[in-house]
Amino acid sequence: MSEQTEVKTTVSITIDGRTVEAQPGELLIAAAERAGTYIPRFCYHPRMEPVGMCRMCIVEVDTGRGPALQPSCMIPVAEGMTVATESPVTKKAQDGVLEFLLINHPLDCPVCDKGGECPLQDQTLAFGPGESRFVEEKRHYAKPIPLSDLVYMDRERCILCDRCTRFSKEVAGDPLITFINRGNATEVNTFPDDPFASYFSGNTVQICPVGALLARPYRFKARPWDLDQVESTCTACAVGCRMAVQSSSNTLVRHLGIDVDPVNWGWLCDKGRFDFEAVNAEERLRAPLVRKGDELVETSWSEALTAVAEGLGAARDRHGASSLAVLGGARLANEDAYVWSKLARTVLGTDNVDAQLGDGLPAAAVLGLPRATIDAACAAGTVILLGPDIKEELPVLYLRLRDAVVHKGLRLVELSPTETSLSRLAAASLRHRPGEVAQLMGALLSGGRGAGPEVAEAASLLGDGPVVCVLGRASLAESPDSAVAAAATLLEARPGSTFLSALRRGNVHGALDMGLAPGILPGRVTLADGRDWFTSAWGSLPEAEGLDATGTLTAAAAGEIRGLVLLGADPLSDFPDRDLARRGLAAAGFVVAVDAFLTDSSRLADVVLPAAIFGERDGTTTNLEGRISRLNQKVTAPGSARVDWMIAVELASRMGADLGVESLEEIWDEIERCAPSHAGLTSDRLRTAEALDGLLPAATLDVETEGPPPTMSQVDEPGSNAAASQGMDHLPGNVQTEESALGSGTGSGPGPEGAGGADSMAAAFGAQGDTADYGEGTTPAEGGGEAEAIARTADAATEGTTVGEPSGGGTEGAAEERRAPRTIRFARPGGPGGPPRLDSYSLRLVASRRLYDAGTFVAHSPSLAPLAVGAPLRVNPADLERLGLTSGSRIRLSSSRTTLVLVAEADLGVPRGTAALVFNQPGRGAADLIDATTAVTDVRLETLAEASPVGSRSSRREASGG
Amino acid sequence: MARLSPENEVLAGQIIARYPRSRSALIPLLHVAQQQDGWVTDEAMAHIGELLGLTPAEVLGTCSFYEMFRREPVGTYLVNVCTNISCQLLGGEELLEHVEQRLGVKAGATTADGMFTVEDVECIAACTEAPCLQVNYRYFHRITHQGFDALVDDLRAGRRSDEIPPHGTTTRLRQTIPAGRWAGVGAVGLAPEVG
Ligand code: SF4
Ligand code: SF4
Ligand code: FES
Ligand code: FES
Repeated sequence: MSEQTEVKTTVSITIDGRTVEAQPGELLIAAAERAGTYIPRFCYHPRMEPVGMCRMCIVEVDTGRGPALQPSCMIPVAEGMTVATESPVTKKAQDGVLEFLLINHPLDCPVCDKGGECPLQDQTLAFGPGESRFVEEKRHYAKPIPLSDLVYMDRERCILCDRCTRFSKEVAGDPLITFINRGNATEVNTFPDDPFASYFSGNTVQICPVGALLARPYRFKARPWDLDQVESTCTACAVGCRMAVQSSSNTLVRHLGIDVDPVNWGWLCDKGRFDFEAVNAEERLRAPLVRKGDELVETSWSEALTAVAEGLGAARDRHGASSLAVLGGARLANEDAYVWSKLARTVLGTDNVDAQLGDGLPAAAVLGLPRATIDAACAAGTVILLGPDIKEELPVLYLRLRDAVVHKGLRLVELSPTETSLSRLAAASLRHRPGEVAQLMGALLSGGRGAGPEVAEAASLLGDGPVVCVLGRASLAESPDSAVAAAATLLEARPGSTFLSALRRGNVHGALDMGLAPGILPGRVTLADGRDWFTSAWGSLPEAEGLDATGTLTAAAAGEIRGLVLLGADPLSDFPDRDLARRGLAAAGFVVAVDAFLTDSSRLADVVLPAAIFGERDGTTTNLEGRISRLNQKVTAPGSARVDWMIAVELASRMGADLGVESLEEIWDEIERCAPSHAGLTSDRLRTAEALDGLLPAATLDVETEGPPPTMSQVDEPGSNAAASQGMDHLPGNVQTEESALGSGTGSGPGPEGAGGADSMAAAFGAQGDTADYGEGTTPAEGGGEAEAIARTADAATEGTTVGEPSGGGTEGAAEERRAPRTIRFARPGGPGGPPRLDSYSLRLVASRRLYDAGTFVAHSPSLAPLAVGAPLRVNPADLERLGLTSGSRIRLSSSRTTLVLVAEADLGVPRGTAALVFNQPGRGAADLIDATTAVTDVRLETLAEASPVGSRSSRREASGG
Repeated sequence: MARLSPENEVLAGQIIARYPRSRSALIPLLHVAQQQDGWVTDEAMAHIGELLGLTPAEVLGTCSFYEMFRREPVGTYLVNVCTNISCQLLGGEELLEHVEQRLGVKAGATTADGMFTVEDVECIAACTEAPCLQVNYRYFHRITHQGFDALVDDLRAGRRSDEIPPHGTTTRLRQTIPAGRWAGVGAVGLAPEVG
């Protein structure tokens, strides 16, 4: 007890006669709102600096010198302040402000997208004058004009509140829109021919308090009163932004960001905001397909599943279970991933499963390294960035890190093969050759001695304590070994350091948690550690550790994989080595694709099963922190497309097995019981209000971080009120949160009660006979009671604790005592040394990603697809000159795999000896050059014009031709 | 010419170096651009953005706030004729008509030879000297029609180019005062750069 307990920590103010306690420094408008008094506003936004631009929030304030009108968004509360928000003087001022704002406003509400959810409409009705005295002609502009491919501007409607312009500068760091001209002629616009090409442009549409900014994908699609919505989590990348998913007539029409304090603060990136178009796409698969000769033809679920069961069964019987493999799963919800993991291990009998397609980090590292949350990273003081360009791959994490750097003094120390979007913000940005980041990390941690002044300076920023490291895969053209070795070096040198994963795929972290990785079982345990526990829960487990994606495709190419399941995986587009993917798929015997679209890979399959995707299914997803949040269904899947876990259950049944789950809730209960990292995360807890921010499993929390403890729930924070802060305050208030049960309607899926689940499941598949035995046999999820499960929460992560058995068919099992396996701990893998020497004619390849790529969701979203424009090869100007090439000329680029013709451009952000390409853009590219079985990929450049001597200027003409 | 010339880029570097934050050099650099071309071109704004680490939009935002930065071509001589009340009472409108007739263009336009741009403006704060006009912001008080004709003849003949430099020319009055004349002021940090 300190003597400070008596000190008053709040500020007392009086609002309309009521005494209210406010936080010191809090703005009056925010304090009033927390106390239940809504002061009208346009420019104020809780996630941005106040500017006092619109004067709508003007109220009478008395700080002892008599009442005066003041903008409540600009003044912090002060002890004894008296505020009148409804006095005649305040009312008159509000009337005046609104009358002025409406002078220039066209009042074309009937044809305005915002009409019905418009703060200007609503506040005029609530606080404005009944009539305007303005009878003159209003100003006119051409309308609307495009600010970018995604955002349109209606300048007549703009009230100059400065929200969009502030957002673009303050939050996104892309000040491409600005106030132009002055006075009555002021307008928001871009520089001529320099569009508002920001990855975050859609946020301005959401926060614009009028209908001035319009999103092209939503324009004229619906009226607010037609919209129906649920709250869900974006799975377009692994940040896991919370958003409202809105539909009209069973079609998704809009995503809006929801303010979740630990994650996205209300922001979305444009990919996550607009990729709902892919869900609605015409090209979605609506019925199962089977191969008849050269063609894939539509068929019934019954026939397709029989074909899959026979194909996989025959391969298993003839060539053994290890001839089967499952690739993919990052698209899946946690529940799907768990059921597929169980299916692979028990029914198929193989450990050849991998949710990553050779483009991530080894699962043992992702799951085993001590974790940091986004909040912890932002509060860390110094963060080491070791991974991809965060803005391109995890956009809203970029916003959070940028905010921490720009507004909170976070220092970034970046280790990367080329310049990234964060390089300019970094306190130190160090370059390494592809494949040599471990060496650079070593030099950095040993104080930078002998490694040059830059490294020494960066080292001085690190202090001596533990640090937070953002860890990912900087380049797909190098093996992840060096990054893992760098992490090991960091952990050894700075015990207590924590890691924030920068893997990008939607639910890749959930898929890994659920055991979709070779040698990993659900709950972050290794096959060896979890053998007893899961044998008891599941009945059987594969003997040997299986192959990862690279191993699987290599084995397939050698004819050793006879049955391959692609779970939303498209190795021909996504695997870093297209040649290996092609050979593997060609020789893989029987191939099944579970997918929403026909992709390059699923086109080669023997059977294609149509899957329900985001927006069409309930469940949970896990973000890069390990945070688990809820997915909610909004629309029904097209045709007979099914949810992935149901497909697994049905497939198992065709193969004569019963996975013992009939609803999402049952699956989650089984996860909670069997997966040690998730113990205690009951489905009841997932339905609480705190779960709206996402819940961190105990195994994630069990780390010592330097920053403040990660927040599991901040429902009391002012910022977390989505409605108030995001311009969502005017939507119909039906965001499904607590009510929507985990197991509730997946269209034709089982209901939340579970009763009748078998029937509806049977109906869903149109095959009653096959599902008759649901609910019989063993149900693994009936073991240890809830009390034990929660008790296990705290310590399951650290060491095996005596708890109830994970499952074990009924009461007997529950009585027996058994140790939950410990969750995986990171250990430095024994690996090869450094990469081979680079010969002086070659450059070492870096293949990084862009936000807009040829991935399915972008490719099938008409508004986004044109933004994937490809990119030239980028080379240091000195190298270009050394090789006798001109920037902008077409060149021949060769690796051990193939030769491509590309445009080469000079880029000072690429160090000498390195060549940088963008991965997965339309057409041939990096994947054709990369050899995934080597540590690095070296390439050579030649001029295209054979005849011209090296170093001549003749390549200019080539450039104009290209 | 569009972007800043090499000489002006050097000058820009010197100007930027005067400020603790490079962004503060934005308005001086816009003057340099306007001096170079008589108006501020888009290319010059983009160039200034590069030099200051700003987006072209940010440069445009500032540039367009100040009406004396012109973003359209302007004649060598910008003729602003006041038609506000005091001048109007003493023949300002007739003066504007005469100017338009004499130069053969309407207010808002530029003569074909690029010599003159005519504009009508609101009060330019010389009401006691009405009617009045400005050429490149130099005042001509109580100007008669004949007086204006003589002025045009002089300007065309280049007789007054010292007094009225081409549109956009900045003066460097402060900078040409010898440092010694600022005795005492330098100590508080106001010493001007010479040149
Ligand atoms: S466009 Fe919208 S957000 Fe931007 S200033 Fe105008 S009213 Fe505000
Ligand atoms: S950052 Fe990732 S999770 Fe957030 S909106 Fe964008 S794609 Fe979705
Ligand atoms: S909300 Fe306070 S001035 Fe706009
Ligand atoms: S009215 Fe012409 S100068 Fe004032």
